[in-house]
Amino acid sequence: MSVLELQDVDVFYGDFQALFKVSFKVEEGQTFACIGANGGGKSTLLRTIAGLQRPASGQILFQGEPVDKYPAHDRVGMGIALVPEGRRVFPSLTVFENLQIGAYGGRKGEWNTGSVMELFPLLRPLVKRQASSLSGGEQQALAIGRALMSNPRLLLLDEVSLGLAPVVIKRIYEAMVLLVGTGTTILVVEQDVQHVLTVADHVACFLEGRISLEGKPSDLSSEAITAAYFGM
Amino acid sequence: MDWVNVAIQGVLLGGLYALFATGLALVFGVMRMVNLAHGDLGILAAFVALFLFQSLHLGVMWSGLVTIAIMFVVGYLLQRGLLNFTLGSDDTRPIVVTFGLSIIIQNGLIMWFSADSQGLDAGQIENISIRISDKLSIGWFPLLVFVTSIVVIALLQTFLNRTKLGRAFRATSDDREAAELMGIDNRHIYGLAMAIALAIVALAGILLAVRTTFDPTQGPFRLIFAFEAVIMGGMGSIWGTLVGAIVLGLSQTLGSQAFGSGWGLLVGHLVFLTVLAVRPSGFFAKTVTA
Amino acid sequence: MSAPAFRIARSTRMHRYVLVVGVLIVVVLASFPLWAQVSFMRTMVTFFTLLALAQMWNLLGGYAGLISVGQQAYIGLGAYGLWLIGDVIGLHPFIAVILAGGLAVLVALPIAPLIFRLRGGYFAIGTWVVAEVVRLIVANIQATGGGSGKTVISAARLPIDTRINGTYLLALFVAVGSILLVYFLLRSRLGLALTAIRDNELAAQSSGVNVFRSKLYVYLISAFGCGVIGAVVAMNLLRIQPAAAFSISWTAYAMFIVVIGGFGSIEGPIIGTVIYFALLQTLSQYGTTYMLLLGVIAVVIATKAPRGLWGFIAKRWDVHLFPVRRRLVLEEPPKPESPAAAGASGPVAEAS
Repeated sequence: MSVLELQDVDVFYGDFQALFKVSFKVEEGQTFACIGANGGGKSTLLRTIAGLQRPASGQILFQGEPVDKYPAHDRVGMGIALVPEGRRVFPSLTVFENLQIGAYGGRKGEWNTGSVMELFPLLRPLVKRQASSLSGGEQQALAIGRALMSNPRLLLLDEVSLGLAPVVIKRIYEAMVLLVGTGTTILVVEQDVQHVLTVADHVACFLEGRISLEGKPSDLSSEAITAAYFGM
Repeated sequence: MDWVNVAIQGVLLGGLYALFATGLALVFGVMRMVNLAHGDLGILAAFVALFLFQSLHLGVMWSGLVTIAIMFVVGYLLQRGLLNFTLGSDDTRPIVVTFGLSIIIQNGLIMWFSADSQGLDAGQIENISIRISDKLSIGWFPLLVFVTSIVVIALLQTFLNRTKLGRAFRATSDDREAAELMGIDNRHIYGLAMAIALAIVALAGILLAVRTTFDPTQGPFRLIFAFEAVIMGGMGSIWGTLVGAIVLGLSQTLGSQAFGSGWGLLVGHLVFLTVLAVRPSGFFAKTVTA
Repeated sequence: MSAPAFRIARSTRMHRYVLVVGVLIVVVLASFPLWAQVSFMRTMVTFFTLLALAQMWNLLGGYAGLISVGQQAYIGLGAYGLWLIGDVIGLHPFIAVILAGGLAVLVALPIAPLIFRLRGGYFAIGTWVVAEVVRLIVANIQATGGGSGKTVISAARLPIDTRINGTYLLALFVAVGSILLVYFLLRSRLGLALTAIRDNELAAQSSGVNVFRSKLYVYLISAFGCGVIGAVVAMNLLRIQPAAAFSISWTAYAMFIVVIGGFGSIEGPIIGTVIYFALLQTLSQYGTTYMLLLGVIAVVIATKAPRGLWGFIAKRWDVHLFPVRRRLVLEEPPKPESPAAAGASGPVAEAS
């Protein structure tokens, strides 16, 4: 049984259709990358899985059970955690409080403030600081840590490298490797193809709301990926 | 020395205003909603307490406590049953709906209780004064109200800063959608915020009822004073609201003393308008956008 | 494919019918002094003033998105303005009615920049504070009669026929004038700016719309309108009192009418006034119950059908009586390059 399965999912943004009959499976322990240019529907995909949006048709199965009728705030307790695009840490809360709130609706498990700060040591000296005063990279680390606090079975990462300096992106991805090593199932959306392919064991390319290419990174040539990315 | 007495009265009056203002500020802070019926709900609470006191012959204190509990529940139900549905990108709807609510409450109260002035008789406590010196004395009850306001604000601040639920309030206030992702059901949080706000304004209404007379049309005045306190104090700061309330109380009492009793309220309003002109984000604003 | 030739159209044939019917109605109404009963005319004055008030409130609330709970400040100022200009200064009361609007604008001018620092619900309460301040000042000054108010002697001294007919025609003029004012305003650049601001203020600002100035103009126009309305009411009643002149009930009536009839349209307040007036005639003897009922209806409609009755009708049957919307009309069908483009002619897209 896959951790996540999408069956013919259509999602609309008002009148605009963002996803067209999208279907794929994510297996336990996989790091599944969704790549593609802007407007490809990738963020919409994650938001729909997390419950912030409803599919117009199709089904989303989490551990074999349909989740569509559950609102977003219930899905955390089920084990789905989203690190949203733009990080969206709580600006008036401190770093520590942000982590605490991550555990609000979550489950018991290995992740707690201590283990999160082992993964992201850069957060340790910032514990009492207000999240609004953090740099982009620090906020990103915090956002990921916050999501981990709910001990998710499925971690959704939306564009974690967006707007960050290359040296910061490198550090985030170093942490990502450690994360992958813990066996967490991860679904990661990225525009930065080069970095994400180093950690992913499965990749799907999205073009204008449809999957244009899917497979293992080792099986796919960079020409094929480029073609699928740009729709050539 | 008369002026000192008047000033002290003004400060203590600020305590009552702060109690009215705190609920308004809380609701705005958590869900960016301004409840135009806020004052009327406080007056409603006063009438409920009056009813319990007169008809069921509960003592003043028990009438008050039961009323506060009732208004807590009313607040939760009101928010989840009606007001949650008015929230959205269009911020004209909550204004219209809560204004309508204000009309409903005022006229409902007139129908049920008549338009006459009422008072809640708490006995001797209302009249006791503490003598500080030959010419200086402080009313016991106003002092009690002032201390109560400080305690309530301190409790609320502690709740927000140190409890899990309080954290959830602050997170929801920061980013409603991200809070949903943490497992926080914002319909429930909004309901609780309104419940707490109404419990506090109920306390304010009851204390008002003991301190002075009240009638069904008093609500809008309470709303206006609460609003002035919040704006002067600065949005996002609950202690700031207390300061704003004290400034307002002082302006009113000093204004009355200086120009005659009909002018006290006007001086208060003018001070408010001046603060709005000179320092629009208030004394202690944490957020600069309204 | 070359860009198709097009023009921006406003009126359709239906609009021309509406215009003719509208003019007929106004002519009939204007003839009332010749044959209608005095009591009926006085009732109609109330109707006209409510209609005008609803238009003015809607201008602020429905079009500019500024919900005001304090327009009664300007209604009261208009009433006292009539007394000031008619009695104290000594101009003819009919002229004083119009000038009273000017008094309201004079007060609104310094107020606007102050309260525009507030947004949304806080703006609303701010307007209420302003109304309270004006009321307190007027009620506390002996010169304006304090709490017991004044009688408009200059109006009372007019020959009774002149007064009754004149007030009636003035009221009709104000009602029709308010509709025309809103209509022409919406067709102007200011109207376009307002729609933009209402939709997205930040986007409007970055497109070059001077948001502050647009809001200011609308606020001043609404103040003027309310001032004139207040003067007409005072003329009708002959007696001004601060409690009644500055009563929050004015806002309640206006809001109720616009909520029921529909925000952001000219037709809405007209329908709303008719409905409100009908309710008033049948239920007003019930006093508080009536106001309670108003409140309940307003809450229910605002929650369930926020666009009001006219909003529902307009959407359902795509009806617009007043040609304020702009439509794209293709002059000739574009050369068909694909099957989808073939057969496209006439009105293509509507933008409000």
